[in-house]
Amino acid sequence: MTAVPVPYRVVERRRETADSVTLRLEPVGDALAEFAPGQFAMVHCFGRGEIPLSVSSVQATGGLAHTVRGVGAVSDGLCETRAGDVLGLRGPYGTGWELERARGRDVLVVAGGIGFAPLRPLILRALAEPEAYGRVSVVVGARTPADLISREELERWRTAYTGVTVDWPDTAWRGDVGVVTQVMGRAPFDPGDGWAFVCGPEPMIRATARDLAHLGVPPERIRVSLERNMRCATGHCGHCQLGPVLVCRDGPVVGWDMAEPLLSVREL
Amino acid sequence: MTPSITLRVEHALPAEHRDRLLRLAREVELGPGTRLFEEGSDADRFWIVRDGTVALDLHVPGRRTPVIETLGTGDLVGWSWLFEPYVWQLGAQAVTRVRAYEFDAVAVRLMCDGDAEFGRDVCRWVGRVVSHRLNAARARLVDLYGATPAGGTS
Repeated sequence: MTAVPVPYRVVERRRETADSVTLRLEPVGDALAEFAPGQFAMVHCFGRGEIPLSVSSVQATGGLAHTVRGVGAVSDGLCETRAGDVLGLRGPYGTGWELERARGRDVLVVAGGIGFAPLRPLILRALAEPEAYGRVSVVVGARTPADLISREELERWRTAYTGVTVDWPDTAWRGDVGVVTQVMGRAPFDPGDGWAFVCGPEPMIRATARDLAHLGVPPERIRVSLERNMRCATGHCGHCQLGPVLVCRDGPVVGWDMAEPLLSVREL
Repeated sequence: MTPSITLRVEHALPAEHRDRLLRLAREVELGPGTRLFEEGSDADRFWIVRDGTVALDLHVPGRRTPVIETLGTGDLVGWSWLFEPYVWQLGAQAVTRVRAYEFDAVAVRLMCDGDAEFGRDVCRWVGRVVSHRLNAARARLVDLYGATPAGGTS
C-alpha cells in the first residue's frame, strides 16, 4: 500500500443518473494491490482534492471502477472527468464485505441509492460461483426510477430474487413502490443461516439491519458499510472516528453487532 | 420497525385464529388492471395476496393518480374495513395477475365481536400492519436517498 497517489487513467465514463457517473480506470503504470469488494480507494481529482470511494468493479487486469455522485467540489470534479483524464488513487483501504464467510449459505443484498455501487462487485462474485452459495437475492431501493443505477444489469442477473423499489414512481414505472424493508421480506432467505449485506443511507441501514435482526439473522451476519468523513484512510488522523472505531481502518464494512451500539448514539 | 414478513397472517396470528380467519376466505384471481376498491367507497372486503402485486393509489384532482405503495405476496390489502367509518382511504389496483384470499369484512368483524380473543388478535395484527406502513411512510418523508454522500464511504 502506498501513501502517494498512483496515476490511473479514465478509460470510460458512463452516466448512471442525472448526478452520478461510473468511471472505469486503468493504471498508467503499476497497479495498486487488488481491491476486495467493499474496500475503498482515496481518489484524488487534481486541483480539487481527494475523497474516499468504494470500488464498484474490480478487474483482474488491475483496472477498477468507481461510481461517484456529484455532491461537492471533488465529487463534481470527478463526475466531470473525461476518458483520457488521469486521477490519483491510494489504497486499497478498509475492510471488505468478506463474502467468502457466507459460502454455502443464502446471501441477501440490500442496497439503497448509490449504496448499490459498493455491493455490485460482491453480487457479481456471488453470481459467478452459484454452486458456492445458497440463494442469492438482491433488493434495491432508490428515490425515483431515474435514480437507479445498473438497472439493465439488475434485470439481467440470475438471482433467486431481485426486488427493485422506488419512493416516487413515474408514470412508466411498473415495479414496486415503498422502502426496501417492505420488499426484502419477499426474498427467499433463511434468516437463521444466511448472511445479509447492506449499504445505503444510514437510516436505511439501521431500519434494514434491525428488521433482519428481528427476523433472526445473527447481528454478526449482517454486514453493513458505514459512511464517515475520511482523510488519511490509514487510521491516523481520526476524522472518521466513530466512538472507538476508526471507520477507515476498522471499517467501512463491519458487522451489525459492532455498528448498532454506535449508530444509536446521537452525538456520534 | 416490524419486518413485513412477521406481519403475514401465518406469523401474526395464532394457528387457531388464523385457521378460523382463513375459513372465511375465498380464493380469487384478479387480472392486471383490476380495481379492488376505490377511495371513498365502502370497505366491505379485504385481501391477503398469495401471488402478484397490488398498487395502492391516491386520487389527486387534475393529476394522474399516483401510486403510493405496492403490496406483494403475504401482504394484507386494506385495513379500513376494521375501523369506522369503514371507508377506503386509498384506491387499489392489481398491477400483475394476482391470486389472493378475499374476505367478507362484515363477517370478520362479526366474528371479532363474538370472540374477544379472536378480535384482539386480529386487531393486533392489523394494528401492526398499519404501524409498519406508517413507519415506512415516515421514512420516505425524510428523502433518505437525497442525503446520500458521494460514493459509499464519505
